[in-house]
Amino acid sequence: MNPESVDVVVVGAGPAGMAGATELAGLGLAVVLLDEQGSPGGQIYRGITLAPLSRRDLLGPDYAHGNVLARALEDTPVRHIKEAAVWQVGRDHQVSYLQGGRMHTLQARAVLLATGAMERPFPIRGWTLPGVMTAGAAQILLKSAGAVPTEPVVLAGCGPLLYLLGWQYLRAGVPIKALVDTTHRDDYWRARRHLVSALRAWPYLRKGLELMRSLRQARIAHFTGASQLAIEGTDSAQALSFTANGKAQRIASRCVLLHQGVVPNIQFSQSLRATHAWDPQQLCFIPLRDSWGELDVPGVFVAGDGGGIGGAQAAALQGRLAALGIAARLGALGAPQRDRRGVELRRALSDNLRIRPFLDALYRPRDEHRIPADDVIVCRCEEVTAGQLRQFVAMGCAGPNQAKSFGRCGMGPCQGRLCGLTVTEVIADARQVPAGDVGYYRIRPPIKPITLGELAGD
Amino acid sequence: MPIEAPSRAPLFQSVAGETRSSRSVTFSFNGEALSVPPGISVAAALLMSGIERFRATPVSESPRAPYCMMGVCFECLVSIDGVPNRQSCLIDVVDGMQVRSQEGARDLQFEVPSVSVLEVQP
Repeated sequence: MNPESVDVVVVGAGPAGMAGATELAGLGLAVVLLDEQGSPGGQIYRGITLAPLSRRDLLGPDYAHGNVLARALEDTPVRHIKEAAVWQVGRDHQVSYLQGGRMHTLQARAVLLATGAMERPFPIRGWTLPGVMTAGAAQILLKSAGAVPTEPVVLAGCGPLLYLLGWQYLRAGVPIKALVDTTHRDDYWRARRHLVSALRAWPYLRKGLELMRSLRQARIAHFTGASQLAIEGTDSAQALSFTANGKAQRIASRCVLLHQGVVPNIQFSQSLRATHAWDPQQLCFIPLRDSWGELDVPGVFVAGDGGGIGGAQAAALQGRLAALGIAARLGALGAPQRDRRGVELRRALSDNLRIRPFLDALYRPRDEHRIPADDVIVCRCEEVTAGQLRQFVAMGCAGPNQAKSFGRCGMGPCQGRLCGLTVTEVIADARQVPAGDVGYYRIRPPIKPITLGELAGD
Repeated sequence: MPIEAPSRAPLFQSVAGETRSSRSVTFSFNGEALSVPPGISVAAALLMSGIERFRATPVSESPRAPYCMMGVCFECLVSIDGVPNRQSCLIDVVDGMQVRSQEGARDLQFEVPSVSVLEVQP
């Protein structure tokens, strides 16, 4: 069976995907937008078209903005295929996905990957226990199900999302038992040299300051400079223990929400064998792109957080820039028009990204919470600890791919999605070489699990 | 197979002040009937129903529950209507759905396929 032909396949219906698909359709191209969810929005605007007004109000104006992008998308002829799990993107622009138990394949002329970010792993003792979730997970529960914790929660770690969730919980009347902030005085010192640039992004900075002020005014127990985080419990979480102000602390809670920033989801760009580089500021791998977002795989573009963390507004701008680049590549737009239309978008993008170096420096996760002690589980699926990984290195294991054959590290159901960065950093640290030299897991399709039956049913 | 009863108070509940439709979805977890608001994921439904433990790991049978809620961590794997290894955070709960926990390596064992013997005629 010959695959159906389309101009462009966009993977992911978050801000980058929605804006990119809308722009592409506006340029007269036939676009298919594939997304795993049942409604547009991605993670940041999850459930935006379905959330009741009261929930949208509770989540705040930044969330509500997602509806502008979703509405614009609705007014285009873009074919938005929902609940589609893309499991393969080929260098030949062939895209395979599973929907409703059936296999489908599209042959595109270009592909826009807008697969966004995931939360950085937070490997600490006890992080696999039920009751320990990421702050993002808790926020998704609020956005998509209107669900909030039943009893006082502990928020721990650092980064804008953690504080935003705290603010949203305050508005929702959810009691917060403690905010355990890992941000240390040294972090402010490090971030200080980016302050001038950050001040030029004043609206963003002001929003952050207001958010922090409302958390302070709520008189939540707020610990700063916290280190040595660990979860206590046997069958489920009982408490968070940590050190702050030189004292050992313990806060009992059945619900501990962790966060230390987000990192690009690079499953597809890795599986395409695109070149990636270690970003020493964001402490993650990012795919190398040209100024329109094109990878060193011709015709495959990346927009949004999947190409480096920039936030939702930057993602939408990158989506539109990539659309211009794709349209020019496919002959739907001349290079001069592309360049002219790109000027305004680029200016807005660079304004938008001004805050990033400051945020990256201020909320840089602590080494001990990225490169954990020997007894901490790194690969949750196969239960491989940091200590075992270090033993593998002592036996000659040079990188993540070898760690698989040494001890099944990264070979469970998540296929290394969650442990990838930790494995790279633990090995790099043990070998005393840069993370970039150690590299990442070699990712192969299927990117999503499929059964042989589903594969054969094509 | 040990069956976990929702003995404890749910970890999550509906946010106060949100007007909800009176309709609800009825499904089952390990054979027990549960009722939740419509339009939510299976993972959210279980968390709102007092289910803390979604599965046990094949390696050490240690208890697990959702961690990321966005399809990355695969900790929320359950069996849905007889199909194992479904990501419950990505699938909406619907009426009549039969959800079961996955109990470690025991649930990974291959079942003998029930293939009737083929007689080949010469």
